[in-house]
Amino acid sequence: MNARRIVQSDHLAGWAFALPAIVLVVVFGIVPIAWSALMSFQRNNLLAPPEWIGLDNYRAFMNDPLFKTSMVHAGVYTVLFVPASIAGSLFVAIALNRRIHGIRLYRTAIFVPVVVSSIATAIMFLWLLDANFGLANWVLQKFGIGSPAHPVGFFSSSDGALYSIVLVTVWGWIGFNVIIYLAALQGVPTELLEAATIDGAGHWSLFRNVTLPLLGPATLFLVVFSSINAIQLFDEVFFLTKGGPGTSTYVPVYYLYTLAFQQGIAGYAAAIAYVLLAVILVLTVIQLGVGKRMVYYAS
Amino acid sequence: MSAGIDVREPVEQILAPLPDEEPPRRRFLFSGWHLMLLPLALVMLAPMVWMLLTSVQTLAETEHFPPVLPSGVRWQNYTDVLQLSQFPRWFLNSMIVTVVVVLSNLLLCSLAGYAFARIRFFGRDVVFILVLATMMIPFQVVLIPTFLIVRRIGLIDTLGALIVPNLAGAFGIFLLRQFFKTLPVELEEAARIDGASRLGILFKIVLPLSGPVLATLAVVTFLWTWNDFLWPLVTISSSNNMTVQLGLLTFQGAHKTNTNLLMAANVMSIAPVLVLFFVLQRYFIRGIATTGLKG
Repeated sequence: MNARRIVQSDHLAGWAFALPAIVLVVVFGIVPIAWSALMSFQRNNLLAPPEWIGLDNYRAFMNDPLFKTSMVHAGVYTVLFVPASIAGSLFVAIALNRRIHGIRLYRTAIFVPVVVSSIATAIMFLWLLDANFGLANWVLQKFGIGSPAHPVGFFSSSDGALYSIVLVTVWGWIGFNVIIYLAALQGVPTELLEAATIDGAGHWSLFRNVTLPLLGPATLFLVVFSSINAIQLFDEVFFLTKGGPGTSTYVPVYYLYTLAFQQGIAGYAAAIAYVLLAVILVLTVIQLGVGKRMVYYAS
Repeated sequence: MSAGIDVREPVEQILAPLPDEEPPRRRFLFSGWHLMLLPLALVMLAPMVWMLLTSVQTLAETEHFPPVLPSGVRWQNYTDVLQLSQFPRWFLNSMIVTVVVVLSNLLLCSLAGYAFARIRFFGRDVVFILVLATMMIPFQVVLIPTFLIVRRIGLIDTLGALIVPNLAGAFGIFLLRQFFKTLPVELEEAARIDGASRLGILFKIVLPLSGPVLATLAVVTFLWTWNDFLWPLVTISSSNNMTVQLGLLTFQGAHKTNTNLLMAANVMSIAPVLVLFFVLQRYFIRGIATTGLKG
């Protein structure tokens, strides 16, 4: 009874409280979603009145090699980034999940990159991986890889630039994943681990049969979340390679940006955005569907 | 996805001062995990340490191969950045935008979150689903129309372009609504009987109980706003109105070969979020753990 009175109907108060936020969400969220769909059927250069062209933008994908290239790069990047960052962070989280001296310092070292912006991260790595004066090339040359005359050109080689971007973004995201995994690891009941140990389970068996299944929900979340992020890669490409060398690091969001804001082909760019949205939705549904069969939910 | 896994307890454990709780007998026992963790931590810190070292080098030292450690600490790089570029202006712009956006999110999302959690009003559930929908949509889908809307309002190339669209967000509304729903309703009911207004209840009873979740929202919003790049990139063109992230881009273009200055500028661009991280680490981690598990 009491509970019901505070949650009672009050249309005026409800709308008055929520209105400012709702207006913002509608104007800068809902309206653009619909408008963007509309634009994808238009020829629109952001200046002249738009012209309705039906499905032409979507048909144009067929004859656009750069679009295909961008999508392939996004695919390659996602297939590399998602497993690398998740497997890496699982390993790090397990190493960090113990009571030893200095553990907080270790944790801080792993977490700090998460707060650093993508641009600041890119600047650090541009310098670290510099072909002429970079620390990384010096270390590599110690191991006999490359030479001062022929250094490893991380961002300047069309074979390696995309992989170098994978490296940069894994460094930036690993701490995020580790935090998720640590929270999940802390939730593993110690009784369960003790019971398994009493039953004679070794370290590996304990990890494989008890800990890992309990990390299923966290892993599924990270797979979905990292894939969505990976497909939307932009900042690092813009700052580090501008899609180059050649078109070796062109990705859809970078392509979309150049189309809309540098070439004034905004209708086509909006169509790309919607294709990306469709790809993300389909991929997420597949991942959640597969995950549902594989992941064990304790509660 | 909103299975509602409670992460508060695990978060407390991540942050618990573990070493002091060790039984004394094991205190001096060396753990083999150090052999793995120490190199790992060094690799993760290397890019930042190298940036710090380069930021106090002379230009000649940066152009030396094999790389050398700085012979002395050249603070002048930092003052040079502040004097040769508009860095102070960019920093101020970022601060203004970030502080306004954080405060506004705290206020507007509290109001909306409370309404969605506690008040029954016409169309509430439909509107809430729409709010959630905007959270799922990738930014590039709304990028171009949002640009047109902001241009129509006349905010292009002003700080307003960075502030107004971000005054409130679906994430904050959702986060606070979920938290308010967990609070016991009896307290509010008692205040209601004593004649308190809804606004009074929100500000005098609900928000004082919501410190941690408000801090989480503040930290997450601060990071997003300070570090944002794509939106400032499309809306801001004049140097006077740039944020730090855009400023770095400009600075890098203008001082490509002065790596020591670029690194000094980079250090200063990271400083605020780093300070925030060390002071509010608890809320930062909670922010990630909650976005993570309740995303």
